[in-house]
Amino acid sequence: MDKLSAVIAVSSVLFSIGLMAVITRRDAIFILIGIEMMLAAGNLNLVAFWWYGAHPELLTGAMMAIFTMAIAAGETAVGLALVLAVYRHRRTTQVDELNSLKG
Amino acid sequence: MNLFHLLPFVVIAVITLAGAVAAATLSNLVHAALSLVLSFLGVAAFYFLLGAEFIGLVQVIVYVGAVAVLIVFTILLTRPLPGARKGRNWAGVFVAMAVLAGLLWALHGTTLPASHPLASNALTVLAVGQKLMTAYVWPLQAVGIVLTAALIGAVVLAMEEKR
Repeated sequence: MDKLSAVIAVSSVLFSIGLMAVITRRDAIFILIGIEMMLAAGNLNLVAFWWYGAHPELLTGAMMAIFTMAIAAGETAVGLALVLAVYRHRRTTQVDELNSLKG
Repeated sequence: MNLFHLLPFVVIAVITLAGAVAAATLSNLVHAALSLVLSFLGVAAFYFLLGAEFIGLVQVIVYVGAVAVLIVFTILLTRPLPGARKGRNWAGVFVAMAVLAGLLWALHGTTLPASHPLASNALTVLAVGQKLMTAYVWPLQAVGIVLTAALIGAVVLAMEEKR
């Protein structure tokens, strides 16, 4: 097992843990934390394929990872602001209590 | 991959995944957020191991510095009610395990390119700056616009409504 496969295996496990957090947690903050973990796993893949792939001197994967990080940071800020806005109206961050659109 | 290169890899992987599992399962919100910081530091160490020092530093500054503080502040501002429902959704754990099995099965059946990284390919700040100012200047401007919009949107959403 070479190093690229090992890094991708670790990032697969990290992605699955993030997915587990998104599905099993009831608190909206921790759903966002799970999404952050999945994004970090994807970024790790980009950097690993850049470092071990063809033409690493073009810096493609690394630049992609930098842009992904910027977008992920913006996404977290907007997501947490949404959680705060929901909390101000409903006094809860538990997603299974936000069911007023349920028929 | 000899033992000298294997040991740091295994240590970093264990720290990253242990932090992630703790963040996904701990019921104390602040403890889980701090475990997430540990996991992010492990991912940053992976970037250093992969020769992307600049991305590792950005990971530490953006995630450990800014995002973690944002998450802790949100936890402080949204106190959970005492009657919050406990319990775990075991179907979700099963789905995550199934996805992991699928990913590892796909990885096992894939022949990846032979890895011969050169030491001179390390991601220097000079190279990143030159790329950002030449080939990636329009994506950079677009990211600037996106971040400005996200900043304004977050402030508008979180602002107290005046009546």
